[in-house]
Amino acid sequence: MIPTQVEYHRPKTIAEALELLQKFGEDAKILAGGHSLIPAMKLRLSTPAQLIDIANIPDLTGIDDEGDHIVIWAGAKHGEIASSYTIKEHLNMVAEAAGMIGDVQVRNFGTIGGSLAHADPAADWPAVMIAADATFVIASTSGERKVAAADFFQGLFMTDLNEGEILTQIHIPKPPAGTKSTYEKFVQPASRFAIVGCAAMSDPDCNVRVAFAGVSSKPFRDTGIEEALAGDMTASSIEAAANKAAEGVSVMSDHFASEKYRRHIAKVYAKRALMKLV
Amino acid sequence: MKIPVTITVNGKKHETEVEPRTLLVHFLRENLAMTGTHVGCDTSSCGACTVLLDGKALKSCTMLAIQADGREVTTIEGMAQDDKLHPIQQGFHEKHGLQCGFCTPGMVMTAADLLANNPKPSETEIRHALEGNFCRCTGYHNIVESIQHAAHAMNG
Repeated sequence: MIPTQVEYHRPKTIAEALELLQKFGEDAKILAGGHSLIPAMKLRLSTPAQLIDIANIPDLTGIDDEGDHIVIWAGAKHGEIASSYTIKEHLNMVAEAAGMIGDVQVRNFGTIGGSLAHADPAADWPAVMIAADATFVIASTSGERKVAAADFFQGLFMTDLNEGEILTQIHIPKPPAGTKSTYEKFVQPASRFAIVGCAAMSDPDCNVRVAFAGVSSKPFRDTGIEEALAGDMTASSIEAAANKAAEGVSVMSDHFASEKYRRHIAKVYAKRALMKLV
Repeated sequence: MKIPVTITVNGKKHETEVEPRTLLVHFLRENLAMTGTHVGCDTSSCGACTVLLDGKALKSCTMLAIQADGREVTTIEGMAQDDKLHPIQQGFHEKHGLQCGFCTPGMVMTAADLLANNPKPSETEIRHALEGNFCRCTGYHNIVESIQHAAHAMNG
């Protein structure tokens, strides 16, 4: 499968990329690792006339420890995040999830910014970022703005990103010392996307955050589970709370998993994730 | 409109022009007539098209040739040196790591990435590393043994 004809641009700075994006408007797509965009272009689900390749902008790569929070630049590769000492030390579920994305080939080149901006409902990052209470920095020619991960994802492949904007940074607050977090995933064995992914974290006071990938058309924080737990991380309490997974949420159904099956798997994986935090 | 690129493949520099939409796998197979890299699923799942880009395993059906501009590609054709099989290829020979052979180039290239980062992988680590490579003959058992054989030959 060959994508439609397209013109290609390789800006050297974020400012140059934003100018190009401003100039071409909706005809342009941002290309980074290409591991979401190129498959979509091959299937003609995406037919941009202009590609703006930001993979060679040095300012968009790396992971920085900023004291009270960690900055992951949008161009960071999944594999790089999985093996980052800073990430492993403070945010185990982020490293775990990164290591479960796709396969080694995908993790070598796919970027976190690309995955978040693409907003595939079965992608791992969105749920992990909601559970981690991340904030995204979005740049345009008129400046920068911040949006909470929970407000960023609006539906199937739909985000808060407007024309002319690029997601540049992900800010994740460092949780209190002693916080445990994990990501459990029921994987589609060919694509390795999540049929159900459950991100969960619990601080030393048993304040718990749970979010799901793959279950609904957009990732969501499961406050039903969190409220049912009410700080009680005993096995029986976890069992009861996990049974409330995705309550009141519209659950997807496809040829991999029916709505009923997905809902069941969400409960099983919520329980597995929460039990790992005890 | 074609754009000039310089792509080094198996140590040889190619200065040429490509259409921006040309996938790296088609550049290798059609522009350079190097057909060792296979197109299997063409949907980023099966790994038959795996090559190394700057030493890292990549599904070459999921990258534009133009993204490899200025970079180094290694394909299955670049593994044997002076008519001597690479130890990974030798491992596949010794342990019957292939049946139909279609997935083999991708398996060998992914194994090369693995062994460069983890010279003595466990069986579990090998199987984890091969998650993005499918063998439709389902010959995984011997593929894992082939890579173990290669790891032993290369690193003792």
